[in-house]
Amino acid sequence: MTAITTAAPVAAETSRNLTRTLLIGLLLVAAALPFLVGKSGFISNFTFLQLSLMIVYAIAVLGLNLLTGFNGQISLGHGAFFAVGAYTAAILIEHYGVNYWLTLPAAALICFVIGYLFGLPALRLEGHYLALATFGLAIAVPQMLKYKHLEPLTNGVMGINLLKPDAPFGLPLSGDQWMYLVVLVVAVAMFWMARNLLNSRPGRAMVAIRDHTLAAGTMGIDTSRYKATVFGISALYVGVAGALHAIIFEFVSPDSFRFELSIAILVGAVVGGVASLPGAVIGGIFVQFIEKYADAMTKKLTQAIHLPLELQPWTLYGITLIVLIYVMPGGIAGGLAALWARLRRHKGG
Amino acid sequence: MAPLLEISSLRAYYGATEALHGLSFSIAQGGITTLLGANGAGKTTTLRAISGLVRREGSIVFDGRPIDKMATEDITRLGVAHVPEGRGTFVGLSVEENLKIASYGRRDKSGVRRDLDLVFTYFPRLKERIAQQAGTLSGGEQQMLAISRALMLGPRLMLLDEPSFGLAPLIVQEIFQIMRRINEEAGVSMLLVEQNAALALNLAENAYVLETGTVVMAGPSAELKNDEGIRKSYLGY
Ligand SMILES: Nc1ncnc2c1ncn2[C@@H]1O[C@H](COP(=O)(O)OP(=O)(O)OP(=O)(O)O)[C@@H](O)[C@H]1O
Ligand SMILES: [Mg+2]
Repeated sequence: MTAITTAAPVAAETSRNLTRTLLIGLLLVAAALPFLVGKSGFISNFTFLQLSLMIVYAIAVLGLNLLTGFNGQISLGHGAFFAVGAYTAAILIEHYGVNYWLTLPAAALICFVIGYLFGLPALRLEGHYLALATFGLAIAVPQMLKYKHLEPLTNGVMGINLLKPDAPFGLPLSGDQWMYLVVLVVAVAMFWMARNLLNSRPGRAMVAIRDHTLAAGTMGIDTSRYKATVFGISALYVGVAGALHAIIFEFVSPDSFRFELSIAILVGAVVGGVASLPGAVIGGIFVQFIEKYADAMTKKLTQAIHLPLELQPWTLYGITLIVLIYVMPGGIAGGLAALWARLRRHKGG
Repeated sequence: MAPLLEISSLRAYYGATEALHGLSFSIAQGGITTLLGANGAGKTTTLRAISGLVRREGSIVFDGRPIDKMATEDITRLGVAHVPEGRGTFVGLSVEENLKIASYGRRDKSGVRRDLDLVFTYFPRLKERIAQQAGTLSGGEQQMLAISRALMLGPRLMLLDEPSFGLAPLIVQEIFQIMRRINEEAGVSMLLVEQNAALALNLAENAYVLETGTVVMAGPSAELKNDEGIRKSYLGY
């Protein structure tokens, strides 16, 4: 998207075909994985769960990226939509016995509406103020989930326990393996839709609004309606991610969705690469992997190199973040693209 | 002939501050009118008020239709194209996408194609750079793109906010010549805001001079140009 086209169109075409072939190959391997592994235990159920969580976070990061990367609106509160999506799924399954597949469109719809409605007054807010308002959302929602009169539905601070669905049709897959497939399919569909949206007229209007809102208005674009709608779509993505999270994690509670989650999604978007679809995937991996292991790795590292001082948990996370932002200001996706371009120039020249 | 744009008692506000204090002026069909004045006089605000980009009061009639209550996108659809101060390039989009964005609201697809060809006859340089990311264009090229984008709206009136800003004299000359051609060949009327009064008075038939949100001087360009008193006290050259 930000790459400067200098190569001949033919070369660009070839490289695009190559990328597509690679991507499809990769996805096929990813989809075949649970079937190949089967019940051999060669890849543990726990690992499949971890992979699923990465993909779920990738969907959430993509959602925020649509808003921030492609439309220029900052949110420090998308964890709130994640929570709403997760609770929608959990409540529908627990109290109404709804099929887990159906909770996804339900979470999507509810989060779209809430996101759109939140996006409307947010139109008056720019930059820092929007960041603060969304931050308020991130703070308020977990508290609201603890609200006494909602307890019959939400079960208060205790949260709701769920049971992971089994693989259907007698497929020889564990629940974790099956849900990994479900998450993968949903993610592919949502990335595909995002790509189509961005390549369409409304997608280009989104980017125009990001680049110069006033000029976009003078081009006949209804910037207010667009911004609110993009807010809704962004919330929809994060809500679906939240619903999937509830199903695969088999648990929701207010404390699973504290404001740190919002920050983690934002960090994932920036580290992966703002305004980049591959960046969202990298961001999702980053959220799950670094976040979950930074603590343990900090301890291991301290022991391994016999550091004379005791590193606090999260130290590694902080350091990684600072280094990444300095080394790759365009995120990992941007950094890789630049590296790739340099390698090709070397080969060519 | 009735004027294309007629403005009376126009006030505009940024928050609680009033930036225009009751402006009145009009623009003839087919002509070029320039709006001159010192920094902060309210030129940009006037254009924004016409386009509905700031809160405004008073009457703005475009081609017999009141537009002072309308939203920006509707005003655009009526044929008012605003080339904003600082060019307003969509830096993340290609030149082609910048141009096509203007035509999203248009139904006449053949008209869109015709206007795209027209744009390329005026600015062949943009055709060569059709796939280039707009943010990497030079300042002059970005100004050409901004004017072209406005042309793609199929406008009757173009509002141009300091198109010469920050450009080398040769490029400015080139752009101003093309603006004249657009006016004469495509019949697009223009309201031109300029710091460079000499340049603007050469292009425009009529001129208004603004001072702190009010019109202080009006007349045919030739008269303003030839009156040394006016030149010295209002135009600073
Ligand atoms: N966004 C804004 N918020 C508050 N006040 C503004 C804003 N934009 C302009 N103003 C004020 O409105 C008045 C008119 O400004 P305007 O930009 O219309 O002047 P201008 O004639 O275009 O000046 P210049 O030649 O420097 O572009 C100025 O006093 C300016 O400070
Ligand atoms: Mg100005």
